[in-house]
Amino acid sequence: MSFPVPQITDENGAFWTGGRDGELLIMRCTSCGYWVHPPSPRCPQCLSDAVEPRPVSGRGTVYSYTINRQAWVPGLEVPFVIAIVELDEQLGLRLMTNIVDGPVEEVEIGLPVEVAFVERGEAFVPVFHKVAS
Amino acid sequence: MTERLEDRCIVSGLGQSDVGRRMTKGVMELTLDAVLEAIADAGLRPADIDGIVSWPGAVTRNDSLAPSGPGGSGPGPHAVIDALRLQPTWYYGGPETPGMFAAFIHACMAVATGMCRHVVVYRALNEATAWRTVTDRVSTDAAGVTGPLQWMLPFGAFSGPTWMGQWATRHMHEFGTTREQIAAISLNARKNAQKNPKAVLQGDLTMEDYLSSKMISDPLCLFDCDIAVDGVTVLVVSTADFAPDVPTTPIRVEAVGSALQGRASWDQWEDMAQTGAAGAGKHLWSRTDLKPADVDVANLYDGFSILTLFWLEGMGFCGKGESGPFVEGGKRIALDGELPLATSGGQLSAGRLHGFGHLHEACLQLRGQAEDRQVKGAKVAATSAGAGPLASCLLLRTDA
Repeated sequence: MSFPVPQITDENGAFWTGGRDGELLIMRCTSCGYWVHPPSPRCPQCLSDAVEPRPVSGRGTVYSYTINRQAWVPGLEVPFVIAIVELDEQLGLRLMTNIVDGPVEEVEIGLPVEVAFVERGEAFVPVFHKVAS
Repeated sequence: MTERLEDRCIVSGLGQSDVGRRMTKGVMELTLDAVLEAIADAGLRPADIDGIVSWPGAVTRNDSLAPSGPGGSGPGPHAVIDALRLQPTWYYGGPETPGMFAAFIHACMAVATGMCRHVVVYRALNEATAWRTVTDRVSTDAAGVTGPLQWMLPFGAFSGPTWMGQWATRHMHEFGTTREQIAAISLNARKNAQKNPKAVLQGDLTMEDYLSSKMISDPLCLFDCDIAVDGVTVLVVSTADFAPDVPTTPIRVEAVGSALQGRASWDQWEDMAQTGAAGAGKHLWSRTDLKPADVDVANLYDGFSILTLFWLEGMGFCGKGESGPFVEGGKRIALDGELPLATSGGQLSAGRLHGFGHLHEACLQLRGQAEDRQVKGAKVAATSAGAGPLASCLLLRTDA
């Protein structure tokens, strides 16, 4: 089987569908500039409700990772890398994702990565690959 | 120090069902076995029980931060109340708490505030049965994943090892923690399990076995993961004025720790070189004059072996990043060591009783009832439960 898909809602729609236009959309406070993830209707820094989806560069670095080797559900293809990627835009602005397209053993903390999108159902799931040197 | 909630409550009774991977009894029967054992152990009758609290209550789907899969938990308070025709003044079951010991702390609060005199606290596990019979473990709606799991499941992070593996990677990266050091936790647990007749894994486990075992989610291997079981653990928390009437040794609650210092999220946790253990541990020591050096026995959570390292650091038994060298070789943490750990065999070898096995064992040690694995003269016990952002811990003691 492939991975489960998220249920698209008004709250999370920008994040999960921005990839249709090749954009990783993260909520940003237009009042103080703070990036907010996962999406919330209030900025946790300045408490403003002026929070809107904005594109990020799609560049980041691997903060941590694991190589999953266990087929938790029938038909799951292993191994694959699950990682926490910190986006370049803001210290601590992170998301869980997959690192794709290379040998799993090549992934390491600090690896520069960039976003790509995998279409699954209605979602365009953001995954990352090593930045081409 | 002004009077604390801890001073108003004691552990008066203990109960534990049979524990195993293929049980003939169903989880409701196991639950009632253990509840009735604990009530009798406290010298009470069901009619005396005026409170009942469980973590996480009856869970039918996995949609919160709490790692309790569909079918993995036994009956919630409503079912037990009805089965025993209890008439509680207060009861509660819920998963959105600072880890599993929140149920125990909740019971202490109910007693300390005068809401209840005798509260049954329990954790009922049906995970061995669930792993065999529940096929839809992902438990997503046809329309897709909702809630906090939407940030993890769409990336194939199906299970605990894929979450905690990332914490372990970070700990190894920042502090140079090695697999051999982490292995000390698994090997120590197995050695202790061999002295616990109820432990599900009793065979010898060597460093070679550990290092050559199947990798599950790097760097966590098979022997870093605990063992799903069916089994139910129960305590009775009573008002402190009941202490003279307790048939066994009453156990004092010296301090509880439950503070969350970090985001309430697995994927957004800021410092993955520590877990929620750090906040809960700090909170615990702020509520007592005792120090880590006063602890005689520590039954710290080991849903994964790496979690015990996080708890050792979080509860101040060693500095941040120092847990690898602290446990290396296993001598310090053995039954006759400076800080005996996982004296029952822990979840890694005795079975995943979700923190409550450790809590039960801590109480047995303080009562002097731990048989072949008894730590001589144990007067102060530390115990903890939780992973990732979820954490709560307890310091228990005897009067003697």
